[in-house]
Amino acid sequence: MKKTLTTLVLGTAMAAGPAMADLVFPDLSYRTGPYAAGGIPFSDGYNDYFTLLNERDGGIGGVTAKVIECETGYNTEKGVECYESTKGQGALVYQPLSTGITYQLIPKVTADNIPLHTMGYGRTSAANGEVFSHVFNYPANYWNGASGVINYLLEENGGDLKGKKIALIYHNSAYGKEPIRTLEELSEKHGFELVALPVDHPGQEQKSQWLQIRRERPDTVVMWGWGVMNQVAIQEAANIRFPMENFIGVWWSGAEHDVMPAGAKADGYKAVTFHNVGRDFPVFDDIQKYVVDAGKAAGAGDQVGNVLYNRGMYAAMLAAEAAKTAQEIHGTKEITAAMMRDGMEALVIDEAKMESLGMPNFGPTFSVSCDNHGGPGLVGVTQWDAESKTWSLISDFKPSDTEVIGKLVEEDSGAYAAENKIEPRCN
Amino acid sequence: MFYREAGDFKTSYADDSQTFPIKFDRVRYYAVLAVAFGIIPFLINDYWANAILLPFLIYSIAAIGLNILVGYCGQVSLGTGGFMAVGAYACYKLMTAFPEVSMFIHVLLAGGITAVVCVAFGLPSLRIKGFYLAVATLAAQFFLVWLFNRVPWFYNYSASGQINAPERDTFGILITGPNAPAWATYLFCLIFLAFCALVARNLTRGTVGRSWMAIRDMDIAAEIIGVNPLKAKLTAFAVSGFFIGISGALFFAVYLGAVEVGEAFGISKSFLVLFMVIIGGLGSIFGSFAGAAFLVLLPVILKVVGVDLLNWPTDIVAHFQLVIVGALIIVFLIAEPHGMAQLWRVAKEKLRLWPFPH
Repeated sequence: MKKTLTTLVLGTAMAAGPAMADLVFPDLSYRTGPYAAGGIPFSDGYNDYFTLLNERDGGIGGVTAKVIECETGYNTEKGVECYESTKGQGALVYQPLSTGITYQLIPKVTADNIPLHTMGYGRTSAANGEVFSHVFNYPANYWNGASGVINYLLEENGGDLKGKKIALIYHNSAYGKEPIRTLEELSEKHGFELVALPVDHPGQEQKSQWLQIRRERPDTVVMWGWGVMNQVAIQEAANIRFPMENFIGVWWSGAEHDVMPAGAKADGYKAVTFHNVGRDFPVFDDIQKYVVDAGKAAGAGDQVGNVLYNRGMYAAMLAAEAAKTAQEIHGTKEITAAMMRDGMEALVIDEAKMESLGMPNFGPTFSVSCDNHGGPGLVGVTQWDAESKTWSLISDFKPSDTEVIGKLVEEDSGAYAAENKIEPRCN
Repeated sequence: MFYREAGDFKTSYADDSQTFPIKFDRVRYYAVLAVAFGIIPFLINDYWANAILLPFLIYSIAAIGLNILVGYCGQVSLGTGGFMAVGAYACYKLMTAFPEVSMFIHVLLAGGITAVVCVAFGLPSLRIKGFYLAVATLAAQFFLVWLFNRVPWFYNYSASGQINAPERDTFGILITGPNAPAWATYLFCLIFLAFCALVARNLTRGTVGRSWMAIRDMDIAAEIIGVNPLKAKLTAFAVSGFFIGISGALFFAVYLGAVEVGEAFGISKSFLVLFMVIIGGLGSIFGSFAGAAFLVLLPVILKVVGVDLLNWPTDIVAHFQLVIVGALIIVFLIAEPHGMAQLWRVAKEKLRLWPFPH
């Protein structure tokens, strides 16, 4: 940016030269606005993991990792500004943590040859690598999450959901609408009734939706919320005495700050997840020693071990491992964004690797391929214990209904390919 | 001194009533046009286009549109975001239904459709005014956003409810989509801005504009001297809607490329454009440009200074931005309630007399 300003002053149209010394990971974070409660821990975890790699291992393959943070406020216009101002500095991969910004960036990154990793959010059908060459959403996507919820309910109810009523309370945006198609298909397949209740941005006003829930008496309420909407929903559910055991959120509705405001009444609330919770992993000892105690923690340094901190750290770990893979494939330490893309497409996460990183059983094992950018979509379930103020994993990472999801991915990515005249790759 | 009128003789009515009667002003205006059309397209890169110039150009069009309604005709409107959404969705439906038609025509048609919608929501203005009209247009804002969220036909039944601009061209040059060159998107928006500004300027100093201003200043007196309030108010709504629709279409198709109606065209957009008009100067075309530049550029400049130069944490800079922009708005309105356009007018007046004040 500074360079760009100077160049324009000088009257030359030269693009800003990337500094090749570092591996650059932009962090389009949001520490302000109605979604900041979720944005802060994620960004802290993302930053801290790269700080750990730099302090402990001297970077990735001996090259320092550099995180450029840019505040988006969850706003798509600012997201575009952040993308344009950081892409010239050698950015390797973008993780915007916003479905809206993801939709803006999908065509742009494809044209600029920079990979985009939208872990558990973004455009679900981007799992089809044949159409979306530069977009990755491993290890799990929204439709895996929706199917994971239904699978869990099937298990609870002895494999039969006939005649049950499930209410979906969702954020009325692209993000919240994503699971509806899958849930509709699943309701036909398993014979349950689906009631969809939208909540408008930012989600503080939900009285009428909960009134309707009280009237309709659903067996289960599923929540697709984010930011302030989660806290309000859990509080409202407690107010109408909806049994918390039957209230289950997606992974963006299951963090400490969502359940804390409701206090003891939130006890038993559940959420699906694609990674482990808590700080019982060797990697956290290293983070404590090299990052927190050294005074190099991002933000206030008080988020370590929270659900979304773990997710940010997990995202950073996947990016770092993909960078390592890219370094091996191309035999060079100083990789470019195009090489990074190859590294992400060849990424393999097995238990041995997780163990060596100090994260045994932290997430599912998976591998990415040219046609599958979405991973296996293994989903676990977590539950909140209000007394000890901890989340705990109450089920293994289990497969979701690939039959239904595969068909929907095929359909939606096919429509995108036709609209944008994209030839399928991977042959 | 700088604005010398000595020797600048006008020998015809046309000369006397031109937009820039002082030669120095006129020359500078042509110089700005020459730089905008002839030099910037050759220097532009993606950052300048997508982060600074496109938002400035597009918000300028929206501000001109709203200024016609609020500044010239005195009809307070809080529905700008909703009307921009109409432009965006009209453009999207046209783009997907008629892929081979030029983007120029799509954007103009989108403006036309918005004009019709805007007139429909302007009908209550015949009976109510002031705060009551503001509430009526606020209803338009919420209704339109709700409509585009609710009816799947508007977003072509896509799973997420988002609209995405496919690649479309004009005269064989790509205008929308990720592969559109920066200079083409910039020039495309600049042409529309120049067109809108010219039309607005010439409308506002002709019969139509005078009837708007008469309605604004005192509607009963205007009616007595023969201004038709129905015609004056509805033409203001139509012209304003046309410009706002164009800006909405460009905002979606050229600038962002994908839009989620609640996020991009929410109530905050209406307020943003209204602030641009108020800060820039009500009833002034130049004020629309100044207000748009002020509110688009200031956050970017504060970010560059705070994050890139001073290395402050991003959240502190973001919070400071709110404080500083808010404080500057207050200071501006106290120091010069008539906006930046009036500041500029005063500065010009001083320069004309310099170095010999009265």
